[in-house]
Amino acid sequence: MNRAGRSLARIPVEYRGAREARGPLLVVEGVAGVGYDELAGVRLPSGERRRALVLEVRDDLAVVQVLEGTAGIDPATVAVAFEGRPLEVPVGQGWLGRVWDGMGRPLDGGPPMLGADTRPVAGSPLNPAVREVPRDPILTGISVIDALTTLVRGQKLPVFSSAGLPHLELAAQIAAQATAGGDPFKVVVAAMGLTHPDAATLRAALEGRAEAGELALFLDTADDPVVQRVLAPRVALTVAEHLAFDLGQHVLVVLADMTNYCEAVREVSAARGEIPGRRAYPGYLYSDLASLYERCGRVRGCAGSVTQVPVLTMPAGDITHPVPDLTGYITEGQILLSAELHGEGVDPPVDVLGSLSRLMRKGAGEGRTRSDHPAIAAQLVASLAHARQVRDLAELIGEPALTDTDRRYLAFADAFHATLVRQRSDESRSLEDTLGRAWRVAAELPRRELTMLPAEEVAAHYPDGGPGG
Amino acid sequence: MNRAGQGRVVRVNGPLVEVEGLAAAAVAEVVEVGPQHLPGEVVASGEGRVTAQVYEYTGGLRVGDPVVGRGRPLSARLGPGLLGGVFDGLLRPLAGRPHWLGPGALARPPGGAAFHFLPGARAGGDAGVGTLLGTVPTPSGVDHRVLTPPGVAGRLEWVAHEAEVGEDEPVAVVGGRPVAVTEEWPVRTPRPARARLDLSAPLLTGQRVVDLLYPVAKGATAAVPGGFGTGKTVLLQQLVKWCSADVVIFVGCGERGNELADALADLGGLEDPRNGRSLLERTVVIANTSNMPVMAREASIYTGMTVAELYRDMGYDAVLLADSTSRWAEALREFSSRSGQLPAEEGYPAGLASALAAFYERAGRVETLGGAEGSVTAIGAVSPPGGDMTEPVTAHTERFVRCLWSLDRNLAYARHYPAVTWQRSFSRDAGPIGEWHAASGRTAWGRDRERAVALLAEADRLAPMVELVGLQALPDRERVTLLAGRLLREAVLQQSALSPNDASCGPAKQDALLQMVLAVLDRCLQLVAGGVPASVLEEADLSGLTRVRDEVPADDAGGVRERLVQALASLESLAAPEGSRGGSPAAPEGSR
Ligand SMILES: Nc1ncnc2c1ncn2[C@@H]1O[C@H](COP(=O)(O)OP(=O)(O)O)[C@@H](O)[C@H]1O
Ligand SMILES: [Mg+2]
Repeated sequence: MNRAGRSLARIPVEYRGAREARGPLLVVEGVAGVGYDELAGVRLPSGERRRALVLEVRDDLAVVQVLEGTAGIDPATVAVAFEGRPLEVPVGQGWLGRVWDGMGRPLDGGPPMLGADTRPVAGSPLNPAVREVPRDPILTGISVIDALTTLVRGQKLPVFSSAGLPHLELAAQIAAQATAGGDPFKVVVAAMGLTHPDAATLRAALEGRAEAGELALFLDTADDPVVQRVLAPRVALTVAEHLAFDLGQHVLVVLADMTNYCEAVREVSAARGEIPGRRAYPGYLYSDLASLYERCGRVRGCAGSVTQVPVLTMPAGDITHPVPDLTGYITEGQILLSAELHGEGVDPPVDVLGSLSRLMRKGAGEGRTRSDHPAIAAQLVASLAHARQVRDLAELIGEPALTDTDRRYLAFADAFHATLVRQRSDESRSLEDTLGRAWRVAAELPRRELTMLPAEEVAAHYPDGGPGG
Repeated sequence: MNRAGQGRVVRVNGPLVEVEGLAAAAVAEVVEVGPQHLPGEVVASGEGRVTAQVYEYTGGLRVGDPVVGRGRPLSARLGPGLLGGVFDGLLRPLAGRPHWLGPGALARPPGGAAFHFLPGARAGGDAGVGTLLGTVPTPSGVDHRVLTPPGVAGRLEWVAHEAEVGEDEPVAVVGGRPVAVTEEWPVRTPRPARARLDLSAPLLTGQRVVDLLYPVAKGATAAVPGGFGTGKTVLLQQLVKWCSADVVIFVGCGERGNELADALADLGGLEDPRNGRSLLERTVVIANTSNMPVMAREASIYTGMTVAELYRDMGYDAVLLADSTSRWAEALREFSSRSGQLPAEEGYPAGLASALAAFYERAGRVETLGGAEGSVTAIGAVSPPGGDMTEPVTAHTERFVRCLWSLDRNLAYARHYPAVTWQRSFSRDAGPIGEWHAASGRTAWGRDRERAVALLAEADRLAPMVELVGLQALPDRERVTLLAGRLLREAVLQQSALSPNDASCGPAKQDALLQMVLAVLDRCLQLVAGGVPASVLEEADLSGLTRVRDEVPADDAGGVRERLVQALASLESLAAPEGSRGGSPAAPEGSR
């Protein structure tokens, strides 16, 4: 597809010596004709070459961020050449089955990705008028997700977690098990600022996909330069968009950990001396995150889709922290993990009441999953909300003071976690299995409490052998 | 007044561009920046330097690139092609543009569109501002009325015959000036009206919590604050679909692309109950999603308001819905921080409150310059960071609007939708709207509303007591209040946007549902007064009452009343299984 942009490439002039190196930034003086957001090459006296992007031009100054960082750079001795074009990467199938760094250089000893077909990593906004409504499910084989927060092709559904919880394991399980109704399925992972052990866990969990040539893994680890962290998701999304919208494939993009990404953005912003906003993140963080998260969806007249599962750790478990908050405002729901559940041994520790898939109503039900699915899901969540109130009440006044009905709610909540939520990280459950479990859990409640279920569905699915009501 | 000078770019930082050499550029003047003629607007000017906000991606823009002043403010082209269309924040149609949006110029390609013009006046008379010159009929029945535009007046020298006309082709000459079916209007300037009128007629929304508890008048303003996932967008889109307006303008301001696709698909598939046409045909969609250029997002709410005023001036009831005004405010903040302005509250520019007030003031019910009656109702979603309702955009907006529909995270967690909380919502027009309802035959509306509000408050007062002492320790009357409170919330206030029967609810069914709960409350109070223990009533199966909203059609008040009769009967039988409990409070249990 043709993306407009100005590519008046010209023979680059080399400027010798920069005025200043500050964090990941270089300030180059005495330049002329340098374009905003264009690519530059930085040459060190050793002959080493690095790449940089223009963040601001002002009179004869250009501020650039060096992708590989400024470590080892003596500003006086570098030479900077401006390319007159944006940063681009090659696109194609060649990314699959391989492991790359955050900028797309091989980490697996294989050859670099080459190709005449390139795209700017910044992407372009998709015309909202040509978007197609996401309406087909991706089944993850994870009961609590498939049943209650169904993932839909073209959706962005993040995992909100806290330090110490198994969010990477959950994301890896989603990436390893996800299917799109028998259609070919590809996974692109951008790991940002992960520790080496975490990166290894991720690689191991996705080995099957990698061997099948269905995975492109971009690994940026905590010791990589910060600007690479800002770039890694953009490279991954550029690759994914091409697979999806030019080659017609279903692509799942996992972005982990977005909190590390946002910290990198903050670091660059601080180096530029920008006015800090909430928690010192720059005021444009919402738009910046949107420029990533909105790169997903479906396009009219095109078979493929890009689905995103960003993963983030909420600093101090605080959901009102700008990173989860802004993410939640852009994404289409969230899967919230709870330290409390994890402590109780419920894994994956999905807090169902705080979780939501906004696109589920399109992607679940008759012709998508099963006709009873939306109603049983709504019922379980509403009943669980009531069960939680009952539990709080029981803590205050003691269980004996509860009504019979309320005691049934407590039993319901226990069954819910044991039967539906708890699941091994290598276990993939069919939709039938998952929904069967959902009904068995519902049967812990008397029929008259199931007000959100149409009477026909209760008649068809309420197990007769249950406690009844 | 074309002052077009030529300047040159001296600084580029995202959408902020500084320019030198533009002689006498005025604030709010449109500029064209660089070789691609990117549209921008002057936001500050002085000491030979002009600061402009650019409405497109500025990648590749260089110091030294040319800048041309257009000598006029940012304007929208207003014509018959708007209904059913999808536009960006500058009101450029998105339909003909490529899948992946690159920077575009301001000038539209010459519109090939032709419209069917029917003359509505005869040459010769006087045609003051607002005089109807003719119409362009539309399939939806919302005819585009061509009026003498503001600033033009005099003798009507010529009117075209019935004909197919181009967008800019004159269809009349008034006072020596040609008038076309399309006009341009500067979006930041309110369109004039003759007088403001009182607010009294309700805008019916089909949403019970709004229409029954916190009604909004035609021409009023409302805000919908709520954290993410609490249901702002769903509520606004319910209004797009079901509100009793002639024209709806939906501004997707810095929000999701998928949501817009969803709204468009829904609207295209839904029928306007009044004329059987697709609802899309009464709707104008302005889509500046969060990944589109940020300053066009800032302009989009003004563009939307201008379109709403255009239809108001034609004598229609227009509704403007903006999702979300917080994204607009953030665009302001983003820009002011790039320009190094001294920030006020939480980094927002100091003018935030006055800009919000001025925006909502453009709503109203008016006598138009042509003597007709029209209205703009403005409804904005507000997205407080971290759900903090004391943050500046929420706190200021609350002061300026007539209705507040606050969404509550806990209600949303419990899937009580719409999650409008009765603890933090208001309607300042409920009084006059009650009188309006009474005058049009809905006499019980005001009384029922008062009882509902009181019941919710009383149930909320009792809830913490239950936590302290347990339900069993409360007197029976209060237990019945709690029972009825829950029923009111579940059977009346909850309303699923997905329910085929209940997505929109007609006035008769609304009243019947509320009266059903009040009748159950009254009967239960009588029963406990007669000695029936509340615990017996609490175990009653009232799920039929909770389900009826979804089980009977949107206008079926009779179906609701039938359900009430059944429920009352089952209450009676519970209370007196063998007919022995009668009215005798003293009758001992054992006497059965
Ligand atoms: N009236 C409603 N009926 C049914 N579901 C609703 C309703 N309001 C909200 N929801 C649910 O809540 C989700 C989030 O609502 P949304 O309007 O997108 O939230 P917000 O715009 O406040 O972030 C929706 O996807 C839907 O699942
Ligand atoms: Mg929303």
